[in-house]
Amino acid sequence: MTDLLMTAIFQENLALTFFLGVCTFLAVSERLETAFGLGLAIIVVQTVTVPVNNLIYNGFLLEGAWAWLGLPDVDLTFLKLIAFIGVIAAMVQILEMTLDRFVPVLYRALGIFLPLITVNCAVLGGSLFMVERQYDFIESVVFGFGSGVGWALAIITFAAIRERLKYSDMPAGLQGLGSAFLVTGLMSLGFSAFAGMGS
Amino acid sequence: MVSNLRHVTAPLIGNNPITLQILGICSALAVTTSLSTALVMSLALTAVLCLASASISLIRHHIPNVIRLIVQIIIIASLVIVIDELLQAYAYEISRQLSIFVGLIVTNCLVMGRAEAFAMRNPVWPSVLDGLGNGLGYSLVLIIVGSIRELLGAGSLLGYTILTPASEGGWFVPLGLMQLAPSAFFIIGLLIWVIRTRWTEQVETAKFTLKTQEVRQ
Repeated sequence: MTDLLMTAIFQENLALTFFLGVCTFLAVSERLETAFGLGLAIIVVQTVTVPVNNLIYNGFLLEGAWAWLGLPDVDLTFLKLIAFIGVIAAMVQILEMTLDRFVPVLYRALGIFLPLITVNCAVLGGSLFMVERQYDFIESVVFGFGSGVGWALAIITFAAIRERLKYSDMPAGLQGLGSAFLVTGLMSLGFSAFAGMGS
Repeated sequence: MVSNLRHVTAPLIGNNPITLQILGICSALAVTTSLSTALVMSLALTAVLCLASASISLIRHHIPNVIRLIVQIIIIASLVIVIDELLQAYAYEISRQLSIFVGLIVTNCLVMGRAEAFAMRNPVWPSVLDGLGNGLGYSLVLIIVGSIRELLGAGSLLGYTILTPASEGGWFVPLGLMQLAPSAFFIIGLLIWVIRTRWTEQVETAKFTLKTQEVRQ
């Protein structure tokens, strides 16, 4: 389990090795505080949605899941995309309402980032990886948490670097997006040095 | 007609989805280890983008504003499922290599972004052209990055050997880094640099300028 956790955080970091959620990664990393809020939100959403999608996939979509109803041949796996995106949207909505009711401080801190997470490919990608690698329930909890932490770690570090980057003198064509890509590449190279930590 | 053609040509370089709008980067980076996967991904995305723009634009007057995002996502997801099944049926090997990234077209911000920004407000024909243009702009970047990575990383293009590697008696030593994740970031970063040196209007203005220091005698 620790192997899986470490691999998900460092070695197979969703943002830096699988490029998941890079759009948000580049767009919402101008300031450290907002990056921190978004990272936190991703950890929470990822830890909830991956296990829930795991239950839904194994309980409703997998071939033979409806055998108890006398329908052993029904294979609904092709519906997984729609089912997962529905679950993610619903989970984000529920999370938003729960936070608003019980932890208003956190709710205000996360602000507009919660609804944005629905269309973040890191979240859907996490669930799809869970299917592809056939994790069981416990593993999917660990994987969801680990990949969320990894993504948050990457964006927080990146935002911190980017705050310094604003003051640096560079060719005009590299200003902004260009330098952001190069820095992400260097970070990705750095994270690949963690290879071997998980296994 | 000329104004319609603009929808196709503008996103190629002038308003490229990847290098300027920061849309759809995730898949652009991930599937470019070889040219063939890049080509298939470009085709799949362009098809989804055109069809999604057409169908969303067709029913744009009937979508209640409050639930428009859900409607858009359902339409896109259904189209992606069709493409995914088609790929698994007719190009199984490539669909294995693309792994989860075909499915991730659902959350590709490019498709959602164009649906929200263009197809919701425009008639069907311009929307299709806009989808096609953005799809081609995306494909252009993917093909460039895919060619560079496959040529330098394995010495081949589309599986045909161009530069004979040293292991087979040639002179070329493949760059292992090109097959790894970081190189995709570097290549797109450098590509952006090249584009912005040529088309200087795309340059972002620096938020802080350095003060030139006076040298005291």
